[in-house]
Amino acid sequence: MSDPVIVTVPKDAAARSVGADEVASAIAAQAQARAIDIVVKRTGTRGLLFLEPLVEVETEAGRVAYGPVSAEDVPTLFGSGFPNATGHPLHLGPVEEIPYFARQERVTFGRCGVIDPTSVADYRAHGGFRGLQAALARPAADVIEDVVASGLRGRGGAGFPTGIKWHTVAGIEATQKYVCCNADEGDSGTFADRILMEGDPFLLIEGMTIAGLAVGADTGFVYIRSEYPDAVAAMRTAIKACEADGTLGDDILGSGRRFRLAVRVGAGSYVCGEESAMLDSLEGKRGIVRAKPPIPAIAGLFGQPTVVNNVLSFAAVPSILADGPDRYEAFGTGRSRGTMPFQLAGNIARGGLVELPFGITLKELVEDFGGGTLSGRPVRAVQVGGPLGAYVPAWRMDLPMDYEAFAEAGFMLGHGGLVVFDESVDMAEQARFAFEFCAIESCGKCTPCRIGAVRGRETVEKILAGEDVAANVAIVEDLCTLMTDASMCAMGGLTPMPVMSALTHFPEDFDRAAAAQAAAE
Amino acid sequence: MPGSVNGDDHSGRGAHASRADVDPHGIQALCACHENRPDALLEILHAVQQRVGYVPPEALATIAAALNLSRAEVHGVVSYYHDFHTAPQGRHVVKLCRAEACQAVGAQALYDHICASEGIGTGGTTTDGALTVEAAYCLGNCALGPAALVDGRLVARLTRERIDAIAAGARADAPQAAE
Repeated sequence: MSDPVIVTVPKDAAARSVGADEVASAIAAQAQARAIDIVVKRTGTRGLLFLEPLVEVETEAGRVAYGPVSAEDVPTLFGSGFPNATGHPLHLGPVEEIPYFARQERVTFGRCGVIDPTSVADYRAHGGFRGLQAALARPAADVIEDVVASGLRGRGGAGFPTGIKWHTVAGIEATQKYVCCNADEGDSGTFADRILMEGDPFLLIEGMTIAGLAVGADTGFVYIRSEYPDAVAAMRTAIKACEADGTLGDDILGSGRRFRLAVRVGAGSYVCGEESAMLDSLEGKRGIVRAKPPIPAIAGLFGQPTVVNNVLSFAAVPSILADGPDRYEAFGTGRSRGTMPFQLAGNIARGGLVELPFGITLKELVEDFGGGTLSGRPVRAVQVGGPLGAYVPAWRMDLPMDYEAFAEAGFMLGHGGLVVFDESVDMAEQARFAFEFCAIESCGKCTPCRIGAVRGRETVEKILAGEDVAANVAIVEDLCTLMTDASMCAMGGLTPMPVMSALTHFPEDFDRAAAAQAAAE
Repeated sequence: MPGSVNGDDHSGRGAHASRADVDPHGIQALCACHENRPDALLEILHAVQQRVGYVPPEALATIAAALNLSRAEVHGVVSYYHDFHTAPQGRHVVKLCRAEACQAVGAQALYDHICASEGIGTGGTTTDGALTVEAAYCLGNCALGPAALVDGRLVARLTRERIDAIAAGARADAPQAAE
């Protein structure tokens, strides 16, 4: 008897949304009907979302991919000799040789789409927990020093050095400290946190455990948005598996040190992605932004010193500990070190996750990886960094993707999400929506955000109606200055970024009176 | 999920024991499953909503008493978060993404279309109670939009035809099937 052939089908939410479950069932049914010895293994996604459902067959020469496969394709695949259907039109060859994948530098996402996200053993077999073991073997101060030396900066958007934050928490005497993971990935155009939690949840657990050991915290929370039910389930399953395995609990890997982790689910509030609002929400309260200082590192969850980092920040840590900070630091450019998972979204032909060192240009991402727009029409704007990020005009796509280059140009890299729009986009309408979104999601604590968003929306609506355009544009500009300067957090403080970038780079869209006149003539 | 309902367990909160009479959904027991911790309020509200379908207004006093919070504090949380509803929703719920990545591939037109064809506004429910349409702001399926959660299941690349079919499917589903 030969071993069964292992066929992997992602169970990532995005893959399921295009029929991965049906494909997995169809493969199992066909295999049974044809008496072919196949085991269907469910993994996360490789991040090549335009090819989902992407089916892979384990062979001696590596994994061979087929995609995008629909349930209807499965009988024809078997008709062509699946699991060895090299002649079938959906046959893509070895997955690692697909150009979209081959050109990436997978550090954080190396195991996504490879391992079974419910299996600790599979994680360990693919190099998992090496970082945790390294951390257990060394003094906490050395662990923090490595994170500092790696140059890792918070991947949630603000880009604050992760090691410095940990150093602050470690330096405070307290009976109880916490480690909190901000998995409230609410920015449109971003899905890297979700893909990681669904595809390699153990990596996040390992990173958070290392953080706990480093700063002296024995309790952690992962705050996941309710819009991500699959990620919630995947994290809960993985935490249970780690508890059973002894990698979480009162005696981590026999070291006598403890760390416990729990998942908390948000309730549909965007502003809870702001760290202090998230802490209030974790305490069971309305997710209202707190005044700073004190910073959460000093007085965070329940008033105790708290590390708050994004999913991808924690997920970068294990490889830094396992392979040394130098290797991580060697990636990147200037003060933006390491790799960044860029997310190609919106009107794009080949959407997905592209992990690369900082420094690739926006144009390379959108055109070489993304293949331009899905509609086939020219790109007009790319919103980078979520709903609070700027609309970068197509002619500025030569910008390198790094924190400083973006900031210098008046833009924001944020969480690395790219939303592509073609020439049909109405930028004045996008500016109106930016205010509308802020009005819907504002926590209401500070006046510039609470009132400014509503007045901003009303004023842009007047512009859209061609009413006193020049005067109303001046009001919007004035309001944006006020919101930028006087809001308590990024919600009100950065809503002006999409608005002003639209106004600055696409003024023709706001000149409704002229447009109406031109149409009338 | 917390499923063990023990109606006799009042956790030493004798002053409110009489509330068991008006606790048809076993909310006290749900709170007890979370050790009556005030920081578990969101978890408790999610659990109530999963069990009942919405957060009944009469549940607020029960939860407040169990968690040693004021009713205003519980009401504040329920009313703050978009997820919590104080009235029943339709038998089927479509959460259609209206955020930028889905806008870039026509989500707004899709949203306007379904609301107009079903005769409802934002967050509205059809008169026969078959379908609720809500706006969502990002479901994390931004490379394959327009996206929606249909009864909790993520769907991608929505078109008018597909969303019409989802609405028709919801209408065809007989009311008694929901119970």
